Amino acid sequence: MTPNLVYVVVIGVLFAAGVSMVLERSLTRVLMGMILLGNGVNLLILLGGKAGTPPIVGAGPEPEMADPLPQIMILTAIVITLGMTAFLLALAYRSWAMSGHDEVQDDVEDQRIMQLAERDEGSGTDDRDHHEAVR
Amino acid sequence: MLIVLLLHAAAAVLAPVAIRYAGNRALYGLALVPAGTFGWTATQRPPVAETYPWVPHLGMDLALRMGPLSWLMLLIVSGIGAVVLAYCARYFPEGDPGLGRFAAIFLGFATAMTGLVVTDDLLVLYVFWELTTVFSYLLIGHRGEQAAGRRAAMQALVVTTAGGLAMLVGFVMLGHGAGTYRWSGIVEGPLPAGSTIAAVLILAGALSKSAIFPFSFWLPAAMAAPTPASAYLHAASMVKAGVFLLGLLGPLLARTEPWRPVALTAGVITVLLGGWNAMRQHDLKLLLAYGTVSQLGLLTIALGAGSRAAALAGTALLLAHALFKAALFLVVGIVDRIAGTRDLRELSGLGRRTPVLAVIAGLAVASMAGVPPLAGFVGKETLFAAFEHGGTTDRLVLLALVAGSALTVAYGLRFLWGAFARKPSVAPTPVSRPGFAFAAPAGLLALAGLAVGLGASWLDGVLTPYASLFPGETEHLALWHGLGLPLLLSVTVLTVGSGLFVTQLRGRPWPSRRLPAAEMVYKWLMSAVDRTAVEVTGATQRGSLPFSLGIILVVLVLFGAGTLVFVAPWPGGIRLWDTPLQLVAGAVVASAALIAARSRRRLTAMILVGVCGYGVAVMFVLHGAPDLALTQFLVETVTIVMFVLVLRRLPVRFSARPLRASRVLRTTLAVATGLVAAGMAYVAVGGRIATPISVDFAGPAVSYGGGHNIVNVALVDIRAWDTMGEISVLVVAATGVASLIFRRSGALQRRRAEQGNGHAAEQVPEPGPWLRAGDNPEARRQSIILQVVARLLFHTIVLFSIYLIFSGHNDPGGGFAGGLVAGLALTTRYLAGGRRELNAAAPVDAGLVLGAGLLTAVGTGAAALVAGGEVLQSALLDFHLPVLGHIHFATSVFFDIGVYLIVVALVLEILRSLGAELDRQHEVAARSERRAVERPREPAFAAPGDQAPGGSA
Repeated sequence: MTPNLVYVVVIGVLFAAGVSMVLERSLTRVLMGMILLGNGVNLLILLGGKAGTPPIVGAGPEPEMADPLPQIMILTAIVITLGMTAFLLALAYRSWAMSGHDEVQDDVEDQRIMQLAERDEGSGTDDRDHHEAVR
Repeated sequence: MLIVLLLHAAAAVLAPVAIRYAGNRALYGLALVPAGTFGWTATQRPPVAETYPWVPHLGMDLALRMGPLSWLMLLIVSGIGAVVLAYCARYFPEGDPGLGRFAAIFLGFATAMTGLVVTDDLLVLYVFWELTTVFSYLLIGHRGEQAAGRRAAMQALVVTTAGGLAMLVGFVMLGHGAGTYRWSGIVEGPLPAGSTIAAVLILAGALSKSAIFPFSFWLPAAMAAPTPASAYLHAASMVKAGVFLLGLLGPLLARTEPWRPVALTAGVITVLLGGWNAMRQHDLKLLLAYGTVSQLGLLTIALGAGSRAAALAGTALLLAHALFKAALFLVVGIVDRIAGTRDLRELSGLGRRTPVLAVIAGLAVASMAGVPPLAGFVGKETLFAAFEHGGTTDRLVLLALVAGSALTVAYGLRFLWGAFARKPSVAPTPVSRPGFAFAAPAGLLALAGLAVGLGASWLDGVLTPYASLFPGETEHLALWHGLGLPLLLSVTVLTVGSGLFVTQLRGRPWPSRRLPAAEMVYKWLMSAVDRTAVEVTGATQRGSLPFSLGIILVVLVLFGAGTLVFVAPWPGGIRLWDTPLQLVAGAVVASAALIAARSRRRLTAMILVGVCGYGVAVMFVLHGAPDLALTQFLVETVTIVMFVLVLRRLPVRFSARPLRASRVLRTTLAVATGLVAAGMAYVAVGGRIATPISVDFAGPAVSYGGGHNIVNVALVDIRAWDTMGEISVLVVAATGVASLIFRRSGALQRRRAEQGNGHAAEQVPEPGPWLRAGDNPEARRQSIILQVVARLLFHTIVLFSIYLIFSGHNDPGGGFAGGLVAGLALTTRYLAGGRRELNAAAPVDAGLVLGAGLLTAVGTGAAALVAGGEVLQSALLDFHLPVLGHIHFATSVFFDIGVYLIVVALVLEILRSLGAELDRQHEVAARSERRAVERPREPAFAAPGDQAPGGSA
């Protein structure tokens, strides 16, 4: 199959714009980035199938029909994105309501482990060390 | 045999209930299960075989086979199990809260052990093997509140599981080489390819399970378990599983190169090490535990030697050890209970007060030491005879056997002296006499040891069929072998052992220097794993989302770009477009995306992202994907509504811009990712040369799926499972949204649409001219034209959405699109009249609709199953109705209805949460703010979430 230049360029732009938004800390911005990325991925999958007439039997000559398989996959992806968007939006609002902003903070547990690593200590999951440490 | 297994399992499940109702007496009833097994086994004559198909795809059957060795082991496992359970009834105080759990785990363990000894399939054997590991973990850690118990349990689990995994690899190699996993099949063939490595791996598993050097350390620690559990673990199960495996696989694998040297070396070291350490112990139970280690070394030598005489001796010792070791542990349990201590430095004069107990212990120790005419003597003398005639290796092993046995005599005497002797320097311990039912189990086992010794010739007849699987000279079990080296050695052992004990008693302290301790290696290893995990986690998981995402993207860029540049075949040509219109749509999408990425205002960015989505929908149309376009348009619209609902509460701008350096870094990474993605798209599409699988979809879609629209038919047919997963995600997302937003009033209150609105005055008033909710403050803010349109169009749109479900099979539409359309109808009602209007339009609980939708979808799948088809298989129905005429439809339409309901409910839940509930929270906050202004002295109270942000929509 010969690639379609418009698609290739649009996919690249959507990925670039999506990534630049995802790499920020504001949750709503991350969410918008994810939506852009999702659109890019959907186009990428779509590009993998032949373009043509709608894949409806009888609507056109069968050999000219677009490849239905990528479309089936994308349809699922679109609806899942809707669910994810709703959830992340609720999360962003909740974060704003609780802390006055919708920024993703650093993970507390991860920071605790980093501190352990700096102090050259174990996590105490093997019980013995933990008890000795407690004493 | 399957019935035996099932009975055990059932007893394990019923045990807690039985004990709750009948108390400790229930244990006697439960003991009937292993006792019955013992009785049944005793009447059987091996070999007995049964086969039930289990996992046919893996060629795995539940093949049960009881050869002579399995027969003996089953007798031991069930017999000791029954006796120990009966003993538990007196050992545990009445009303012990942990007893039900203990009995259940104990019987579970017995089930696993029974399965282990009677299975013929190596993979099934592995499953039972690991089950014993898990149950022993639970038994050892029975007192989970004690750190020692937890630690010991973890140690046993880690060591034996590691060995078990090695063994599994060995089994797989063996089974793969032989072409079957049935041991009865493998053993009849020649040595399979790769069996040398397999033998080493299997040895690692067996030796770790049996606590043989270098894995011995876990067993003494495991005495943190309750004493009856220890008796069972040491005498009949767990550690016996290892030597049983040696004995089972020995007839074939002893022919491999490493088998004999490894087994003999490890066995010899263990015999000496265990005996040596036992002499140093003050805790009677710990003394016995090290004694077990030593005895297991002996068994490893006997069953790993691969000769006929040694195997015969090994099986006899296996039985003898089970009897005397279980008896001794039970005695320790009794001593512990009646005297309150197990420390031999504190016990004194028990022999005089409890003479029966002392006799029982004496009998058991005598068997352990190899005093005629007890079972231990018969086994040990045959073992001496087995190594009597060999070369240098055999002589060395014989020497070690003699030394180990002498140590056994010494620590046996030490045990008796420690538990029962009157010590001049210690005041007599006050004791209460053990009842008959408490001491009887131990006595029974000790007497059984005597009986087996006296019946040596009978035992010989029973065990010879197994021993004859090995090559070598014929040997017989007997009490009297005649004068010869074995008898001389037995006498030497008893003399030297007694001498050792007397020397120690006279005040020569046993050398306290610790012998090589593999335990230190284990501890070092565990803490090294822990430290490494901390370092690796600390270095890679920085806890910052942009950092983690950045790492993922950098990897994508590096690998992606590397592959593109160096490996990927680049396609020759490129088309500009399919139709020039694509360029227009593409330009809109690309520019909207770029501007959105640069925008600092939330609303602007959101609108541009929406434009981008609509542009993609246009590209779908141009590609020939009307269903995608329809769904994308609808989803994009719902998304915009959602964003607006939330963004009206959030600050206008995004929070502070990141620093310039990180901005440059981000942009670079973004551009690089975009380039790689574009490159991958180009190469991947150019690389598609095979005919797609979907060219054949058209025919079956009509004939089998009953529809002309291939995409929608596939969604509810070949990809129905996928759709099922997807709608489940939607249900979870909808519930998640609601529970994130309804926090203070409780998510449950949204169940009734009107509740949670607080004031009675806000109840639905008289219907107004256009909207059902009539005149209310929210509605007054909206345009009257919007209200008129919303009211007029609502039913039409809902009707259209239902039409879409049914038309979706042949034309664009379907459950998703229909659901979204209906959701948008609800959205217009909400926008026109606020939350009261929404409640009037959809006076139902969104959660109920979600559940109903899921139930419909699942029900459709289940109905197909009931009707005899595959899950979610659709059927075509044709029938005639009086008015409507001929009806033709596919049952998958019900599945689509389920999808429809879930999507509608999702949108409803979004409107209720992000719309109505946010309105309400805002109103409450505004009201309390007003009150605070009116009465400035009173401190204003508002939850952080209720602080009103600027402006409403």
